[in-house]
This record gives sequence, structure tokens and C-alpha cells, in this order.
Amino acid sequence: MMRLKDFPVDECLLQGNAACPGCPATIGLRLVLKALGKKTIMVVPACCTSVIESLYPHTSFDIPVMNIAFEAAAAGASGVEASLRQQGRTDITVVAWAGDGGTYDIGLQALSGALERGTNFIYICYNNQIYSNTGIQRSGATPYAAWTTTTVGGKNELRKEMGDIILAHHIPYAAQTCISYPEDVFSKVTKAKNIKGPKYIEILAPCPPGWRFSMDKTVEMGRMAVDSGAWALWECENDKMIFNGKSKLILEKKIQRKPVEDWIKYQGRFGHLFRPQRDEKRLKAIEEYVDSLWDRYRKCYLGK
Amino acid sequence: MKKFSVETSLSYPKKGAMGKTGSWRVFKPILDKKKCVKCLRCWIFCPESSIHREKDDSVSIDYEFCKGCGVCANECNVKAIIMEREEAKKN
Repeated sequence: MMRLKDFPVDECLLQGNAACPGCPATIGLRLVLKALGKKTIMVVPACCTSVIESLYPHTSFDIPVMNIAFEAAAAGASGVEASLRQQGRTDITVVAWAGDGGTYDIGLQALSGALERGTNFIYICYNNQIYSNTGIQRSGATPYAAWTTTTVGGKNELRKEMGDIILAHHIPYAAQTCISYPEDVFSKVTKAKNIKGPKYIEILAPCPPGWRFSMDKTVEMGRMAVDSGAWALWECENDKMIFNGKSKLILEKKIQRKPVEDWIKYQGRFGHLFRPQRDEKRLKAIEEYVDSLWDRYRKCYLGK
Repeated sequence: MKKFSVETSLSYPKKGAMGKTGSWRVFKPILDKKKCVKCLRCWIFCPESSIHREKDDSVSIDYEFCKGCGVCANECNVKAIIMEREEAKKN
């Protein structure tokens, strides 16, 4: 694994952009663009990143970016890739960078199509578990019992397991990571860059205004999510599943995962579970869900 | 091959596309270079790329664009960065 000292110094995301202070998407973008370098074309649908690009006629991206409709990130990237292939340019990486709304809900059909066609591109979903760009609405990625402006008393449904949907396409490379682990993000993106065919990477991005926590805790929140088992770090290359870092230890039961409560008690979006009195029923349901998730992982990938 | 042209609006890269974002700041990060161990955690986690990395891996803070989120101070293992309230600006 690469050390922080060996990371490239070049920045493709310029300073003075429109991101909120403490934004996880810009941390993710910096890491991804450090790994991919300048020979990259990015396709961005409607999401926070289209705001981070800042106002016309200026942009904060130092690489070519194509903005496209919400549902069409993967379709647009397929077009760019086809055009480059026709011109014989094989040195350029095509990346679709979409939020969880544009991946889990609205862009799912185009993404599934591109994966099935075998388009040679990387699809990166930065998952902040809400439609944060339009003002914190619920998405398919929002976890159970979380507050959003459209689920005022807490969401009633469990979140979608996007990883499983992607793995069902049997693509050459799929991975799940988190902005709090820069070495992990960097190695996964570099690996994806050198593989031909469709690649999918999902990055957990804890959003301070959306999750209602203090903006200096962005990175810490991501680490807590992995420690609690609510988010797993894994990569799947040619149908071979490998868990990374702490998630590997949790999978092999070498360490006990921390209670999810330790993670959610710092987030205002779960505040109604603790105030005015503790909602034991829903807190128990959250822990049981994460336990069932790991039991399923153990059954599928350890065979027990 | 038939030639065709498409007209579209293009934006060009510019540093500070939203102006000097340093004016958004309420708390200001102050770096104590004596305490710094050059681990580069602040540099990699700064959402705004406002922590500059020098050739010898020492870091400096760019106050022109730093939005004052405090991620660097929170992630510093040796507490070399502290957050101080910004002085009242004279317009």
C-alpha cells in the first residue's frame, strides 16, 4: 500500500470552489484525481459536484468535465469512451462521478446498461446517503431511521445494497471504500485504472450539513462508520472478494465491531432516537440489521 | 465522413472561481511548525487543497482560500494545528 509521502503533489481540483466547508466530496475528488492524473475525462450528472464546479464561465476542475442529466452519467461516459475508441486514444481514462441519488435511484438503469455492455470506464459513486444538492431528501442509500426533509420521523425502510446489485453484473472490478482511508481509495482507483472493462467504486462521504454533525468531524465520521461495521471496505476482482483493513478483521471475527450507536449518536439526523427519550426498539433494529449484514458476508465469502 | 459542429457553453479552469473563499471563515487554523511531524495527514484531508506541501514535506496554510472547516486540526495527531476565532474584519 502506498504511503502518504508518495502521493502526487499535483492538484486537479482548484482552490476557491463552491463546496461547503468540510465537504467530503472534495476530499474524495482530490484523492481520485491524484490517482488518475490529468489524462482523465469526467462525466458528472446533477449532484453536489456540479455545484463544486462553480459558476459559468469559470470552473474549478483542471480536467475536461462533461455535465449531463441526472439519469445519464453512465450513458454519457459510454459515449465519450466510444468516441475515444474511434479516435484510437487509449491513454485517456473515462470516469463517471455521480452521487448516490444518481447511482442508487435515478441513474441505475443507465449504469446497469453500461456495465452489461462492457464499457471501458470507471464509475465512481460518492455516497453521502441523501440527495444533498437539492436540500437533504431521502434516497435509496439513506439508512434506516435517519432523518431527512422527506422522512421527518426517520426513514422506515432499510437502505439498498448497491454492492450486491453491482456484483450481480460480474464486472472485472468493483470496490467499496471511504474517504477517511486515503491509501485505500488511492490503491483501489489506481487498480481500477489499469483494468480494462467496466469498473465500479463506491466511496462513503459523510456530509456535515446533511448528516447534521460539526464540519471538522468529516473524516472521523467515516472512520467511525467502518469501525462500527455500518460500512464495509471491500474489493472484488474477477469475482474474487477481498475485505480490506478493519472490515477484514470484523469479517474474520478477529475484532468485535463497535456498536453502531457510537457512530450515530454524533449525528443530528439520528437525534430523534436519543431525545427526548431513547428509542430502544429502533436502535435495536439498527444493530440487528448490521449484524445480519455481516452474517451474510461471512456466509457468502467465508463459507460459514 | 460528414463533418458537423456542436455549439455548447464552455467553462474554463480558474483558481478562485467563487472568489476568495477565505472570507467564509469563522475559525482560523494556526499551525505550530515546531510540533509538526510532517505526517501530511492535514495535507491529504484538506477538502480545499489549502494546505501546501513543500519539497521537504513541511506544510503551510493558504489563508486566501481556507474555508476554516477544521478538518486539519481534528485530524492532526500531535495537535500542531489549533483553531482560533477570526478577528472581526474591518469591511
